[in-house]
Amino acid sequence: MTEEMERDENVFLMGEEVAQYNGAYKVSEGMLAKFGPRRVFDTPISEAAFSGLGVGAATMGLRPIIEFMSWSFTLVCLDQIVNNAANVRYMSGGQYKVPIVFRGGNGIAHQLGATHSHRVETIYARIPGLIVVSPSTAYDAKGLLKSSIRCNDPVIFLESEKMLNETSEVPDDPEFLLPLGVANVEREGSEVTVVSYGRTMQRVTRAAVKSLVDEGVDVELIDLRTLRPLDTATLVQSIQKTGRCVIVDEDYGYCGMGQAIMASVYKRVFDYLDAPIAHVHSDEIPVPFNHYLEEAMMPSEERVIAAVKDVCYR
Amino acid sequence: MPLTTAYQGEIPYLQILDPDGNLDESLAKGTLSDADVKHLYEHMILNREYDDSAFRLQRSGRLGTFPQCKGHEAAALGAARAMRKGHDYLVPYYRENPASFYHGLPMHYILMFWGGDERGNAIPRNISMSPLTIAIGTQGLHGVGHAWAFKYRKEDRVVVAFFGDGATSTGDIHEAMNWGSVLKAPIVFSCINNAWAISVPQDKQTGAETFAQKAIAYGMPGIRVDGNDIFAVYKAHRDAIENARKGNGPTLVESVTYRIADHTTADDARRYRPAGELEAAQKLDPMIRTRKYLETRKLWNDELEKKTWEKAKATVADVIAQADKVSPPDSDDIFNHTFEELPPDLIRQRDLRHTHSIGLNPEEIGLKPQPEEAAH
Repeated sequence: MTEEMERDENVFLMGEEVAQYNGAYKVSEGMLAKFGPRRVFDTPISEAAFSGLGVGAATMGLRPIIEFMSWSFTLVCLDQIVNNAANVRYMSGGQYKVPIVFRGGNGIAHQLGATHSHRVETIYARIPGLIVVSPSTAYDAKGLLKSSIRCNDPVIFLESEKMLNETSEVPDDPEFLLPLGVANVEREGSEVTVVSYGRTMQRVTRAAVKSLVDEGVDVELIDLRTLRPLDTATLVQSIQKTGRCVIVDEDYGYCGMGQAIMASVYKRVFDYLDAPIAHVHSDEIPVPFNHYLEEAMMPSEERVIAAVKDVCYR
Repeated sequence: MPLTTAYQGEIPYLQILDPDGNLDESLAKGTLSDADVKHLYEHMILNREYDDSAFRLQRSGRLGTFPQCKGHEAAALGAARAMRKGHDYLVPYYRENPASFYHGLPMHYILMFWGGDERGNAIPRNISMSPLTIAIGTQGLHGVGHAWAFKYRKEDRVVVAFFGDGATSTGDIHEAMNWGSVLKAPIVFSCINNAWAISVPQDKQTGAETFAQKAIAYGMPGIRVDGNDIFAVYKAHRDAIENARKGNGPTLVESVTYRIADHTTADDARRYRPAGELEAAQKLDPMIRTRKYLETRKLWNDELEKKTWEKAKATVADVIAQADKVSPPDSDDIFNHTFEELPPDLIRQRDLRHTHSIGLNPEEIGLKPQPEEAAH
């Protein structure tokens, strides 16, 4: 964010606690001191207000970055994101663009309870006009966030509170960008395609794939990076090659991201499949507050391994 | 310990031109010139004619629906005249056509829009206004955002955002006024109180006596004006705009008028309006008193009235012809403007529309195969 704000005077950051407090999760640490209160400022507890202000400022040529303390809180400002940010370009006959990044923690973090643990990807990914991004490493987060800030469409940027302390090698190059809408084939393999993204990728999928590879299963691992537009070309190509696929996410099953991904590719891979596509997802209950029960409802390494073995008939 | 007063506020009420066309000279000083009033009255006639024609177009099936503006003319035009044209920024909802036209929006755009062509909402770049808002109240926040952008870039532009009495019950308008006041955003909140939100009257909308008094709780000035009085509307907005331009933040102006027409062409207000209310309101029609005033000043007569209506009819006929001349969009165009760059899956959906296929065999239906299919 700092690099992009240095690069472009029109970029600014607002949200609850982002300035004085340096961010509820310290993401914006030092930014108020560096850029001053004109470009980094606190908002009232009014998600609709700062989303709406962002839309208004973006149509006037600014490029707001809006931090939500949690994506769960955006249920009160869906109108501004879904009805306004996503529709302005279309409903103004292409006259206005809305270059705006909405970012914050998505999904199940750590004992935040049922009201603060929503996974919002399908709420937004189904809306034409919105781009939805979900990084799974610090490297990806940097490249994708910078591309999102430079994007002329509204971007839903899904982070995880649990990943903010993750470290990985990150290029210093201020022009390091990763393209939106392109998935990353993290490991090439021939036997089964495993598809995942975001926190789940980091929490369970990579580890499960490692165990499977150690056992001799030749897994092709795909990190989606962007959920809309979905990189169906990469998925279809991979599944046509392997003939098997397991999708792993922490969303619910019914009407969830995994089902949407499955439906997007099914008719183009059906004739190549050696087994039905499997989907590992969270149990369909409100998220429990209790830590152990919270863990228990989410996909585990064991469940991923079992699903992969299932589709491989091992 | 006895109770003391924590806060006491009051809301002024402004009327300069009464329903009989009598002007309060001292309040009117430095407001609208004779030429202004004459020009604005001509605009009122033009808009009345536009409303009637649009109504007929809707009834003959050429517009999807249409919200007439009848009765709002002074409220919209007084505010529009108070703005610096091409500099200050107009945020309309959907009943302020007179203000939009005053600021230069080509009149056939509105007919295109309600006729189902989104290109009618692509405001030409040289017109300082946002597209019509259909969702109730969301534009208040966009207005604060526009104002914030002007402040951010140190431009001395001011936003005037319109909304109705019904919109004051939305969270968005509350949040817009609350935060707009905190930010000292250069914006004027112009509430056009036309007594009805479709079929819901003011006393079902709020427990407050006025909408203007809500300003007190947001820590900004509020004023209620006679919304059928072009002088009062102009003066209240001009003062509010200049105050905002100086960096003193927003004002809430409530213009009290009446929706003489139905909510839209899909409504029939006879079903819910109390008997006699419309007739009483018609006597307060802004056009009646503005004409009376002009006649007293010897600036208007029957002859001019007749000529202006004829001219308005000719103008509107031209506008309709202009809207008719716009070639209809191609059905593929419905995919335009969804994203800056149309993603592959949407390109596929667009192309598949020309077939009855579900896209299993793209080559068979003459579609360009996608790379992964070409490989096989």
